[in-house]
This record gives sequence, structure tokens and C-alpha cells, in this order.
Amino acid sequence: MTQFLDIRNLTLRLRGGPIILWSVSLRVTSGMVHGLVGESGAGKSMIGKAVLGTLPRAIEVMGGEVWLDGVDLLALPPRDRRRRIGETAALIPQDPLTALNPSKRVGPQITRRLIDILGWSKSEADQRARTLLDEVRIPDIPRVMRSYPHELSGGMRQRVLIASAFAAEPKLIVADEPTTALDVTVQKQILRLISEMRIRHGTALLFVTHDLGVVSKVCNSLSVLYAGRVVEEAQMPRFFMRPIHPYSRALLAATPTYLDPDGSLQPVPANVIEDVENENHHHALRAGYDV
Amino acid sequence: MRDARAHIRRPLGARLWLSGTWLSILALAAVFAPWVAPHDPLAQDLFLGRLPPFWMDGAEPGYWLGTDSLGRDVLSRMIHGARVALMVALVAGTLTCIIGASLGVLAGFYRGWSDRIISRLVDIWMAFPPVLFAILLIAVMGPGLVSIILAIVVIDWTRFARVIRAETLSQGAMDYVASAQIAGRTRFNTMIAEILPNILPTVVALLTLEMGIAVIVEAILSFVNLSISTDSPTWGGMIAEGRTSVHQAWWVLVFPLFTLFLTVLSFSQLGEGLKDRFDPVLR
Repeated sequence: MTQFLDIRNLTLRLRGGPIILWSVSLRVTSGMVHGLVGESGAGKSMIGKAVLGTLPRAIEVMGGEVWLDGVDLLALPPRDRRRRIGETAALIPQDPLTALNPSKRVGPQITRRLIDILGWSKSEADQRARTLLDEVRIPDIPRVMRSYPHELSGGMRQRVLIASAFAAEPKLIVADEPTTALDVTVQKQILRLISEMRIRHGTALLFVTHDLGVVSKVCNSLSVLYAGRVVEEAQMPRFFMRPIHPYSRALLAATPTYLDPDGSLQPVPANVIEDVENENHHHALRAGYDV
Repeated sequence: MRDARAHIRRPLGARLWLSGTWLSILALAAVFAPWVAPHDPLAQDLFLGRLPPFWMDGAEPGYWLGTDSLGRDVLSRMIHGARVALMVALVAGTLTCIIGASLGVLAGFYRGWSDRIISRLVDIWMAFPPVLFAILLIAVMGPGLVSIILAIVVIDWTRFARVIRAETLSQGAMDYVASAQIAGRTRFNTMIAEILPNILPTVVALLTLEMGIAVIVEAILSFVNLSISTDSPTWGGMIAEGRTSVHQAWWVLVFPLFTLFLTVLSFSQLGEGLKDRFDPVLR
């Protein structure tokens, strides 16, 4: 099995400030779904951004490699990197409200990438967009393509964004909490749709989320991120049966389950948090960082 | 949801109509001033001094809004004054907008050192009292239409730079900008093709507001005798002259003042109206 995305020892920090990712390594196999879980601020979105080349300017790469389809992105000059990412990867963003340009019609926003990057003609791109909108089950496609984003509901917009992400047949899609901004009834449909689309197109998925319930439904493997470190990497059924790291166990104990809806939930104990933070500190000293 | 909305065509709106009408009248009067004005705006006739407007006793036919103390026709002077006012509004407003908005977009989109330089410059600039600044500038450059326009541009670009910078910052943080970058757009292209269309409504609103402000600044400068030469009538000059004889001939002061007020109000209302129509989310 080829590792389509291979992140090795990625270390990021706030420019002139604290380190936010500590030597993170993770692998996504072609055609598989890898979950990336962790609480807010753990750095999971930053990994997605590092892969897609959209890290904020305030964040600096201190070391590590991001191999996408056999090429180390961080070693490429910015121009080539953008081209490379545009051809092989795409994003399903968190917030469908701000992910479409409000002053442009939906259709051109989907076809733009096809015309810009793959060099398709406008009619080819239009045809492709229509096929994809049909795959994500959008009704009345000509009308939707002519609409402005604010004329569509949140769920519709997320469908458009999913269609748009799959349009150029990327081999990897980063889904950054794609259901967080949607209400619960729509969440389920969107999740199912993403799974269905990625099986149909054979796309690998890096699924960033804080929701272990979602992970158990869609992922083949996962990395648990805590305070900027990967504390556990596991294949799917094993993780829920036998989590190894204390933080993973604490996280699972804090998640409601369907089988025991009335069971009490345990907050993540403070000593777990301290343990990981101490580990971080030692790790930093070992790596020769100035803490 | 959309179907219901598609059938509602929003009416043009009273304020867009009223302000547009007034500004059109003004523009026509300014362009055709030599033909529209009933009299020569500079012709003096001391026998016809301080004639009241047409509805009052002692009015002379043909002098609709009366005459000033030198016997010059108030209406004709106002029509000719509109030329200067609109010229200043259009040219100074547009130049200010282009310079200020460009710097604002650069600062807000590229951030980093360009933002630091531009923002500090704006801070320093705004610490100067604007009217004194203008007076100083004109004292150095000498009075004239070009000096006035330059003075307005030099004073007011900061207004655009500030607002547009903030607007660009907030647009730049949206996911659609990140998506465009992932899709391989260069940063410059992203700025022009993705961000610019979204800040355009704000730019338009600010531009019309600035046109109103330009008219006021021109009037203020005329009032302190720093506008263009005394032989071309301006609203500010008329207000200054009318002030001295307000007890004998209030009309010399009140008509230009009211016109000025109406014009500035129209500019700002036009801006609001246009913003509503251009904004894709409100449209």
C-alpha cells in the first residue's frame, strides 16, 4: 500500500513564539480515510493547512517534511508547490458560509479550478460541474449554478463545496470539520455523502474532527492529537476496543455512546494533561528547542 | 426559499431616486451653466443691489433668487458655482478613492511590512488637523482648482485606507480565499479576482461620501478665501459674502447654504442606496 500523504516530524511554531506542533508524523494511505482527532487548539487544523499550503503567515515551519504523492512539498518553491497541491489535493472546509465567494455565482466557482489548473475548456468544465452536482444530489442544477451563495441553504452550500472538492479528481481531500457548522440532521446526510463520494472516486481523505462518533463511522485509521503531539496512532476497530494512550482512554470515556446513553461521562483528568505537557517539555529539550 | 425571493424585485428606493434626481439636475446645470444661467454671474449693477427673491415685495422680474449687495444675480452665481463644486467632488473624490483604497487593499491583503508602513503613515497623517493642513498646503501651492483638489486628496486618502484595510482583512480571513489559493491562484490574482469584488460596495459608498466631503471642504476653503480666484463664483465664497449682509439680504446666504446642504446629503444617500443595490448578500 502506498502512503499517499506522508508527514514526517513536522514541527510548527508561532513566529517568535511557542511551538504548536511537536514533530508530528502521520500517513494517509491511498484511498483510505485517516481521522485526525483532538480538542480545540490541539493543532489539528494546522496540519491540514500545512498540507494544503495555507498556513497563516504568523506560523513558521521549523522542520519536517510533507510528502504528497512522492514529492516533499516543503522543499518546493512556492509556485511549484501551489501547482502541485492544486493538481493533487483539495479542501472541504469547515464553514460553508464563508467558503464560497459571496459576489460570484456558484457555477464558475466550481469550474474555475478545472479551467485554471487542468486547462479544460469552459464547456468541458461546465459539463463536469453538472455531473458532480448531480452526484451530490443537488436538485435543479442549472438554477443552482446560476445562484449566488447566499441564495442557497447551509446544507446545499456544503454539497456544492463537496462537489467542488471532488471536481478535479484530487487524490487527497482534507476535510476540516466539514459538519461542525451544520445542524445535526444535515450533518448525517453530509457525512454519508462524503463517504459515498470518496468511495466512488477512490480518494484518500484526511478527516479533521473533534467528534469521535464521526471518526468511528467514516475512518479506517486515526491519529489522536493532544497539545501539538500525536499521542496515539491506531487502526480503526482496535482504537475503540483498546485505546493505549491515557489521553485516548480519557477522551473515549468523555464521549457518549449509543449503547449506553445514560452512562456517566468522565471529564479528561488534569494529570493526563500534565503528563502530556511534561512529555512535550522533555521532548523539546531533547530536540534542542529553546523553551 | 429562493423561489419566493426571486419574484420580489426590490424597488429602486426613494432615497436613490431623490438623491439621484437632485444630483442630475445639478450636473446638468453645471454642464450647461452659460446657457441655463439667466445672467452673467459676474455682472455687477449697483442699482439692482440686494433685490429680494421673486415672491417678496420689491423683486425684479428675471432675478428669481434676488441679487447680492453688488447687484449680481444669486441664481446665476449658484449655477456657475455648481461647476466648481461638482468638478471638485468628481475629481478629488475619485483620486482620493483610488489612492486610499489601493493602499488599504495592499495593507489589508499583504499585511506584514506593507501594512506596518501604511498603517503608521495613516496614524501620523490623521494626527494633523485637516483644515489647517489644507490651508497650509494651499498657502504653499497657491490658490486654484488644482491646489484644492490636491489638498483634498492629500488630507482624505487616510479615510479610505483605514476602512478598506479593515474590510480587506476581514474578507482575507474567509475560507473562500484559502480555497482560491489551494486551487492554485497566485496571491495577486486572489486579491484582484476574489477580494476586490467583495469590497466594491464599501468602496462605492465611501466614494460618494467622499464626494460630499470634497464639496464641503471646497466650501470651507472658499469661505476663508483660499479657494480659486475671486472672479469665479463658488458656493463657499457666496456664503462668506452673504454672511456680511445677512440682516439686509438673507437670501444671499441661505440659498447657497441650502444647496450645499442638499448636495452633500444627496451624495451620502446615493452612496447608501448604491451599496444596498451592489451588495450581493443584501440584493
